[in-house]
Amino acid sequence: MIQWETVIGLEVHVELKTNTKIFCDSSAEFGGDPNTHVCPVCLGLPGALPVLNKRVLEYAIKAGLALNCEIAPFSKFDRKNYFYPDSPKNYQISQYDLPIAEHGHLDIAVNGIAKRIGVTRLHMEEDAGKLVHQGTIITSPYSLVDYNRTGVPLIEIVSEPDMRTSAEAKAYLEKLKAIIEYTGVSDCKMEEGSLRCDANISVRPLGEAQFGTRTEIKNMNSFKALQKAIEYEVKRQIAVRENGDRIIQETRTWDEAKAITVSMRSKEEAHDYRYFPDPDLVPLVITAEWIDEIKKTLPELPDARQARYVQQYDLPAYDAMVLTLTKEMADYFEAILAIYPQPKNASNWLMGDFSRLLNANQLEITASPVAPAQLAALLKLIDKGTISGKIAKTVLAEMVASGQDPAVIVEEKGLLQMSDEGAIAQIIDDILANNPQSVTDYRGGKTKAMGFLVGQVMKVTKGKANPKLVNKLLVGKLK
Amino acid sequence: MSLHQMTIYELHTLLTKKEVSSEEITKSVYKHIEQVETKIKAYITLTKAQALETAQVVDKKIANGEKIAPLSGIPVAIKDNICTKGVQTTCASKILANFVPPYSATVIRKLATQGAIMVGKTNLDEFAMGSSTENSSFHVTSNPWDLTRVPGGSSGGSAAAVAADECIAALGSDTGGSIRQPAALCGMVGMKPTYGEVSRYGLIAFASSLDQIGPFTKDVTDCALMLNAICGHDRLDSTSVQRERRDYTQYLKNDVRGLKIGIPKEYLTQDLDSAVRKIIEEAIDKFTKLGAEVEETSLAYTEYALPTYYLIAPAEASSNLARYEGVRYGYRDMEASDVQDMFVKSRSTGFGDEVKRRIMLGTYVLSSGYYDAYYLKALKVRTLIKQDFDQNFQKYDLLLSPVTPTPAFKFGVKAANPVQMYLQDIFTLAINLAGIPGMTIPAGFANGLPVGLQLLGKHFDEGRLLQAAYTFEQNTEFHRRRPVIN
Repeated sequence: MIQWETVIGLEVHVELKTNTKIFCDSSAEFGGDPNTHVCPVCLGLPGALPVLNKRVLEYAIKAGLALNCEIAPFSKFDRKNYFYPDSPKNYQISQYDLPIAEHGHLDIAVNGIAKRIGVTRLHMEEDAGKLVHQGTIITSPYSLVDYNRTGVPLIEIVSEPDMRTSAEAKAYLEKLKAIIEYTGVSDCKMEEGSLRCDANISVRPLGEAQFGTRTEIKNMNSFKALQKAIEYEVKRQIAVRENGDRIIQETRTWDEAKAITVSMRSKEEAHDYRYFPDPDLVPLVITAEWIDEIKKTLPELPDARQARYVQQYDLPAYDAMVLTLTKEMADYFEAILAIYPQPKNASNWLMGDFSRLLNANQLEITASPVAPAQLAALLKLIDKGTISGKIAKTVLAEMVASGQDPAVIVEEKGLLQMSDEGAIAQIIDDILANNPQSVTDYRGGKTKAMGFLVGQVMKVTKGKANPKLVNKLLVGKLK
Repeated sequence: MSLHQMTIYELHTLLTKKEVSSEEITKSVYKHIEQVETKIKAYITLTKAQALETAQVVDKKIANGEKIAPLSGIPVAIKDNICTKGVQTTCASKILANFVPPYSATVIRKLATQGAIMVGKTNLDEFAMGSSTENSSFHVTSNPWDLTRVPGGSSGGSAAAVAADECIAALGSDTGGSIRQPAALCGMVGMKPTYGEVSRYGLIAFASSLDQIGPFTKDVTDCALMLNAICGHDRLDSTSVQRERRDYTQYLKNDVRGLKIGIPKEYLTQDLDSAVRKIIEEAIDKFTKLGAEVEETSLAYTEYALPTYYLIAPAEASSNLARYEGVRYGYRDMEASDVQDMFVKSRSTGFGDEVKRRIMLGTYVLSSGYYDAYYLKALKVRTLIKQDFDQNFQKYDLLLSPVTPTPAFKFGVKAANPVQMYLQDIFTLAINLAGIPGMTIPAGFANGLPVGLQLLGKHFDEGRLLQAAYTFEQNTEFHRRRPVIN
């Protein structure tokens, strides 16, 4: 039986977070009533001309530098010609043969195995508008067009075909998203469409040098969709090949509901985009001084931060990776450390209960009702023995729900840890008297009975008894 | 002499002396339009109510003792491919017949700032593609010197309007000769400024790397005044050049002594009409007598200008005109069954034959597999053509040539053969490829039809063109002759 190897390359579109659009003064803000963020330029009215937003160029260079690319000293814009109603000029201003950045890379790790993925190129272009259909595109008697998004700046980042599994593709996209977010040039919100990903996929017999015929998969709107679509497409291609058929080079769309990829158009139907240099825009000459200036504005990027967490905080590599995946999480973590300098403990709570609670409440960390100082205060309460770790979980849930300070919650709900030795001893005596069998078992060598007895104490004290104290007293009395 | 027959400069003097009002001038122009427009048909749209309103505003300023700009209160016609807010702008095309722009071109805003009065929007070859204005979707325009002949094109309406005194001056656009050729055929002064000197914002694009707006006037002084009004950097046009502002009237000096003028021999070909040749030779003599140093030179790549132009201009046009499909504005075929069909039908019936011919040509030369052989090769030749001019301007202050091979021709004689029509621009289109300024001035008459001569300068050397043109004008009488319209 042939062993198949998968080859994956990703094309990622990222919307840049500028105030105005790429070639005009219209607002680039997401949303808005239809056709309110428009002007003669982005509507492609006769006679209107594009003028490049300098901030877009700066952001593209910044993203290029963050992805270890070479920045082109000379670059230009081209027209990509095709007819579609969401494109008001019926050409898209993009970059063809002289992109702003090329030859970059980023590093991923899957199951602890590191791998470098090449970034072929990064270029600037304008976004298209949005078609609004009544019902479905097939049944709608008419379509409306919203041009608010037309002309919103995009960068397209094309990877080398360096990925071999869907997990690697996901790791690449996660890392790319993290890096771009860190630079601050985009929100990278997949659900708002500010991060979009297409995948080029092919399979070949393991060991063969030549790539198989590829298909391009579109319409994957989440990391999960990306992974599922790749896995489906790989299976489909292998089945086709094993059946003795050939793969057709085509564009396919991911049908989320049916969890399959569906053919959109074949290579024969593919557009001839008739790229040519846009005569309305002048070529870009980028000075080394400007590149240096932009380089200085780059923040510490995920890889550097991750390495620092391992070195400076003595965290496991996995913790460092998870904490630095988003800038917001890493910033939150460091804000806790400023008050509560116990990295591993803070990391455990952040990655564990806190993340779980945020997810359950569908909250981004930026929208967390619990400030880093409040979480730090909670951890301090545990360390001082004011509350137990178990109680702290209850308190944290309450904090996420109400945004209240932990001390206030502990006070109001009477959750203070019981550390009165006499009172606990009294309770233990009652429990030992009521559970003679367990006492006998323990003394007979069945140490498991100890757990049961501790549990009984906690039950009676509603979890507030200081667990260390309970243990100590029980061990003493059972001797 | 009636008010509508005067020049900008003459009227400005009368206005500042309060001898006439702008309202009187404007009314004089419209009264004359009523008399001759049925014969000339220079206009697509007239904006009389708006014009009279503006005239009154200017008159109030003058009455208040305010200083007025040179173009204040002066009736000016605008080629109908320049966007005018609230006034339909059609490009003489069915596809834009109902288009009313929500904004004005930069040149229109500049003219408005000066207080100029827009008379109306003038006829042209559809989307400025043509050399006779016969390609207008609406009607043809007659040459005021002979109503059976074309006014030239594509800015034929603007040229005819100025020649027939239906306005004092006009704006046109020039992509391959569309100002200079009709100016020559109508006996007017016309200037295509250096590419980048006048903002293209609001000029409906034909070929973006070649298009430039410029003036039609009755004499060289008016040309300088119009240039002063429309030139200058515009942040809305990336190809507009940032440079210090000049007052072009400073070049209106009667002196060409020591001026080095080259005569490119390739422009005095055998195809040149003998009467035109004679007029050009007389003009050369005139310049020599006035003290200029004239000698023959060569523009070796001249023969490649036409094929190069007809690859680059249609390529850009095919993309520029893609936006006309009936989705957002303009003509929409209502019989279409779906969106694709709507695109096809709207464009098939909305565009005229010449426009469709150039869209197809341009689409072809940009197609994969043909791009390198045609479009890319044309870009390289374009560079050679530009270098050809640059080298000449190291030796010469300016170049002198005919504008067209013949005087105005009769309706229909070239319309059937596109290549014959394209050859009309054989002496003008290399100038757009090189991006340099070119100017037409009246140089004589052949069988009662005006003949122009063309002056070419290096980039941004409009001043020197004006000085040479002014000197020639001061020493000749051709610009004083006016057509008798009957």
